[in-house]
Amino acid sequence: MSASAAKGAVVAATRPRRRWHWALALPLGWLLLVVFLAITADWIGLPDPSAQELILRRKPPSAEFLLGTDNLGRDMLSRVIYGARTSLIVGICAPILGFLIGGAIGMSAGYFRGKVDMLAVGFIDILLAFPSLVLALTFTAYLGQSLFNVTLALGILSIPAAARVARANTLAWANRDFVLAARTVGASDWRILTREILPNLLPPMFAFWLVAISVIIVAEGALSFLGLGIPAPQPSWGGMIADGREALDVAPYTALIPAAVMFATVLSLNFVGDMVRNMVDPRRSAL
Amino acid sequence: MPWLARQMVRLVVVLFCVTLLTYMIVNILPGDVAIVILGSLATPEDIAGLRADLGLDRPMLVRYFDWLGSALSGDLGRSYRNGEPVVQAILDRLPVSLQLMVMAQVIALGIAIPVALLSVRRPGGIFDRISASAAFGFLAMPNFMLGIVLIYLFSVTFDLLPATGFTPMSEGLWDNFESMILPSLTLGLIEWTVLMRVLRSDLLTTLKEDFILLARAKGLPQWRVLLQHALRPSSFTLITILGLNIGGLIGGAVIVEQIFALPGVGRLLLGGIFNRDLILVQGTVAFIAVGFVVINFLVDMLYAVLDPRVRHVRFRS
Repeated sequence: MSASAAKGAVVAATRPRRRWHWALALPLGWLLLVVFLAITADWIGLPDPSAQELILRRKPPSAEFLLGTDNLGRDMLSRVIYGARTSLIVGICAPILGFLIGGAIGMSAGYFRGKVDMLAVGFIDILLAFPSLVLALTFTAYLGQSLFNVTLALGILSIPAAARVARANTLAWANRDFVLAARTVGASDWRILTREILPNLLPPMFAFWLVAISVIIVAEGALSFLGLGIPAPQPSWGGMIADGREALDVAPYTALIPAAVMFATVLSLNFVGDMVRNMVDPRRSAL
Repeated sequence: MPWLARQMVRLVVVLFCVTLLTYMIVNILPGDVAIVILGSLATPEDIAGLRADLGLDRPMLVRYFDWLGSALSGDLGRSYRNGEPVVQAILDRLPVSLQLMVMAQVIALGIAIPVALLSVRRPGGIFDRISASAAFGFLAMPNFMLGIVLIYLFSVTFDLLPATGFTPMSEGLWDNFESMILPSLTLGLIEWTVLMRVLRSDLLTTLKEDFILLARAKGLPQWRVLLQHALRPSSFTLITILGLNIGGLIGGAVIVEQIFALPGVGRLLLGGIFNRDLILVQGTVAFIAVGFVVINFLVDMLYAVLDPRVRHVRFRS
């Protein structure tokens, strides 16, 4: 009786606190809006984001152009929304790619240890030995600029971080009794990895994925800002900020609007990411 | 093997792999150098001839060791575009990048340390909460965005500082400083957030130690406890993060040099990429990566010197 009570107390103490903050409604709402607009961009009657109308260039925000027009007379609202689509595609897909490869590497390293671990850690060390933006630049410069290649390059960049998270968590779970039990009844390594360990890795990996999305969106923005990301006519927030920079003195909103949208999105992602991480792993929330 | 020797071996292996990977990325990926130089109208014979001249018809590994050999003797080849030696090009621009990164780091530490010290005076207090929110906000700002906002505020709106351009130190210390303020602020204003968080959390741990209690019991004022007793033992993680963040700082420098038109190594690299100047890109990327690895190695060493426990813990693992 007292044992079960003590056990209950332990469970209560270790159970992550699910703090629902009213302030979270704002970032969540913003993210939902961005995702909704990015998905439905084709069907909500937006003008073509690449259609140039030079007579109408650099018009300030008005009833006709809610967010104004850019240096080439393109509708800013439409470009911001199509830019969101670009950012979300890269931001969501690149970490998934990195997590599939990095996750597999990290899990094998943490599970098999020994030589596999040494090789994996060495591989991670080498990828981490490059400043990430420099590596991304070099990749996209030589692969050629396209949505797919940018996603591929940034996906490769997220391998080391994903591998580290997967390895650390696998190390922690691989010694647990239920893994030993599975091995005793003769389960294969593959089965233990996929059925016993993988499900436990999903919560921390998911929390990490949310953080990775905001990091990758910023990285894609940086590449496009430098002119080495998404190729020109296709709208991207980073590219829009770079375009707007040329007219900072006469039409500052052409740079400041995409900058504000990007800031709000990254800030919201960080908010939500922090909350999920606190729920999944209370220990790390201290930092 | 003693700890130091193991670390040295590891350093050499990582450096070898890093340079090999750099060489491979630049040489395996699509885009033939000969075609790039001669243009798309070149005949196949011309291309084959130039490939032989450049030694591109030999196996890649042979070429890599050739390149590594000359790199070790300080020769990274010559730019395809203007024949300038790559090493010379890098060394000419290095001071600008170093000045940018050092100034950014000074700004970051100059904000992070006082803010962390002030916020641990009363954890959860008003100052702590405001600084945490500010850090959260700055952390969500990409550097290219902050750079644009700073130009808009300080150059366009208030006309206080130059928007772009660089004045070398030889043409006046103040002019040079003025041209570097906004670029280094762009990097420093983002960097301080990470440093502040790490230092704050380490300070909170240190403040629970017995020797702090003793210092307080002796009746030392709060500021002496924080500055003389708590700060130094709390700075280990800070030093590691400083080292790790140099990668981000280098990436940031590439962007900031581009925004503010500073003639640094990052701009050299971007120019090389846009001109498809392979030798220059290869040399610059290798230089940056090697520099980054060596700095991190030195930071690890420093960490071990400051805290002997590190040597033993790592040795056991």
